[in-house]
Amino acid sequence: MNLRPSSDTIRLIVPALSLASLLAAVFWLQPRAMSYIGLNLLFNLAVPIALATIAQMLIMAVNNLDLSMGAFVSFVACVAATFLYDSPLLGVPILVAAVAAYALLGVVIHLRNLPSIVVTLGMSFIWTGLAVLLLPAPGGHAPEWARWLMTAKPPLMPMAIVASILIALLAHFIVMRSSFGVLVRGVGGNERSVERAGWSALAARAGAYGLAGAFAVAAGIALVGLTTSADANIALRYTLLSIAGVILGGGEFVGGRVSPIGAVIGALTLTLAGSFLSFLRISPDWQIGAQGAILIIVLALRLFLNRIENRERRR
Amino acid sequence: MRFHKTLLASAAILCAAMPFSANAGTSDKRIALSNNYAGNSWRQAMLTSWDKVTGAAVEAGTVAAADAFTTAENQVTEQAAQIQNLILQGYDAIVLNAASPEGLNGAVKEACDAGITVVSFDGIVTEPCAWRIAVDFHEMGRSQIEYLAGRLSDGGNLLEIRGLAGVFVDDEISAGIHDGVEEHSQFKIAGSVHGDWAQDVAQKAVAGILPSLPDIEAVVTQGGDGYGAAQAFAATDREMPIIVMGNRHDELTWWKEQKDANGYETMSVSIAPGVSTLAFWVAQQILDGKDVPKDLTVPFLRIDQDNLEENLENTEAGGVANVEYSQEDALEVIDAAM
Repeated sequence: MNLRPSSDTIRLIVPALSLASLLAAVFWLQPRAMSYIGLNLLFNLAVPIALATIAQMLIMAVNNLDLSMGAFVSFVACVAATFLYDSPLLGVPILVAAVAAYALLGVVIHLRNLPSIVVTLGMSFIWTGLAVLLLPAPGGHAPEWARWLMTAKPPLMPMAIVASILIALLAHFIVMRSSFGVLVRGVGGNERSVERAGWSALAARAGAYGLAGAFAVAAGIALVGLTTSADANIALRYTLLSIAGVILGGGEFVGGRVSPIGAVIGALTLTLAGSFLSFLRISPDWQIGAQGAILIIVLALRLFLNRIENRERRR
Repeated sequence: MRFHKTLLASAAILCAAMPFSANAGTSDKRIALSNNYAGNSWRQAMLTSWDKVTGAAVEAGTVAAADAFTTAENQVTEQAAQIQNLILQGYDAIVLNAASPEGLNGAVKEACDAGITVVSFDGIVTEPCAWRIAVDFHEMGRSQIEYLAGRLSDGGNLLEIRGLAGVFVDDEISAGIHDGVEEHSQFKIAGSVHGDWAQDVAQKAVAGILPSLPDIEAVVTQGGDGYGAAQAFAATDREMPIIVMGNRHDELTWWKEQKDANGYETMSVSIAPGVSTLAFWVAQQILDGKDVPKDLTVPFLRIDQDNLEENLENTEAGGVANVEYSQEDALEVIDAAM
């Protein structure tokens, strides 16, 4: 039994600490937030962001980057607010096809060795175009069950917290504990050695993309459950938010080093940072800059800890 | 214009109304403005008006606070988060210029459930629990024809300058104009171009269509295009028609020049950015316990021959004519909707 924390735990410490200190600051600024309803209001918009962040994390686990995340979540939101509400029999196949399209994207990127950034950037225009076709003007209705799910009031903990914990645990199980997860991270770490060991890197990448599509679909539905209607541009911010969430949560752009629990914490931190700045009454002109400053501070902290980690290892 | 008063006059009425207007009920109430965008002169004027009027109201003790919040990016998810933050901050009312008519309904519902009064204006929301102060664009179009019918009893050919194709506002104003023409059958729309609410686009479009048109008696517009139309007409040897203006500074300036030079007569109509202050007073009245219908209509700011100078003086170069509303104006709007 080794009492020294593992490097994975150290990786989680920074995001967890930044979330805790931000939360403490928010509670201090606005004691009203320290309640069941308050926590729900603070965090419920973080649920779709957390799902999108997990999706982005899966793609980053295989050393790729998805620049179409926001557009895809918007598209799913539009499908959820129209077809999934009017005729689920048509809506479900569309969403399944969208997930399949994601898996296919993984296959194409792998086989043709294409840069994922370019392919997904192109796809983002396709998703946005489809979303505009579906909903030229904002509208639609959230499916009853999605609305019920997002506004449910479980005992003890608000839905936003329950959902975040469930998402984190599910993603942790898939990515860190299942053999599929090991394979995906292996592809990110060293693709060639995975193939030499007799595994199919193609299947792993397609699986990672497909799973990312599934999480992104969940993000879109959760978002519509919260907003009650959709808009073709509703989630455009999610592309950058999801990337920032993964990095904030201890993930890396390359090497298959990702942390699902960290990613969820990262998403919550990003959401909270916005509320924190708003409670501070910082002028909107400065808010984006301040949000960036928070990101840089957290990343600097992590770099600092990484250095300590490396020094320990060298010893 | 029934609602248009100089600031001095409205301030005087406000002071006069103060002793018996029931402001005791709202002196501890806090109102927040949730705004999705501040990137053009109209929105800037809207925020300045809000600060000016609510600042005075807070000082007078009518309300405890009236803070303005603008989202950093014009995004639905961000404004929804902003509204949720405002709920947490314990505001009693949220005055809202929404990024999307539908996308904020979830957040607005949460605010209503928390017992908060939500008043949306300009960019309104469809959630039934919120109040809406909407612009009657249809009537804005129709009133132009009404004015022209008073000026030109014989009627004649009209040139219609439309806005940006595919935008709901453009469709509404145009529908109003066409309904007006149907009512007053002496008029005929001889041609129609898209001016995109911009002077340069309007000038090019009008210059392009003019050679193919018969004599034009009047030009009906949507605002932001009157000056361009005038320039296009001035470049030909045609007689200057009656061009309905849209309260922009360049339009009013040109009108003033023409009025001084040859007694040119027209009118100008648009929505004043100060409508945010109307929403503020409506929210204050609702908090005060007044029974207010959920759907209200913004009065237009109409400028006529006799109050042109005064309005031009109050309009910033490059801006739009503005008016700040008083509690009295809000009561009048509420009563009109009853």
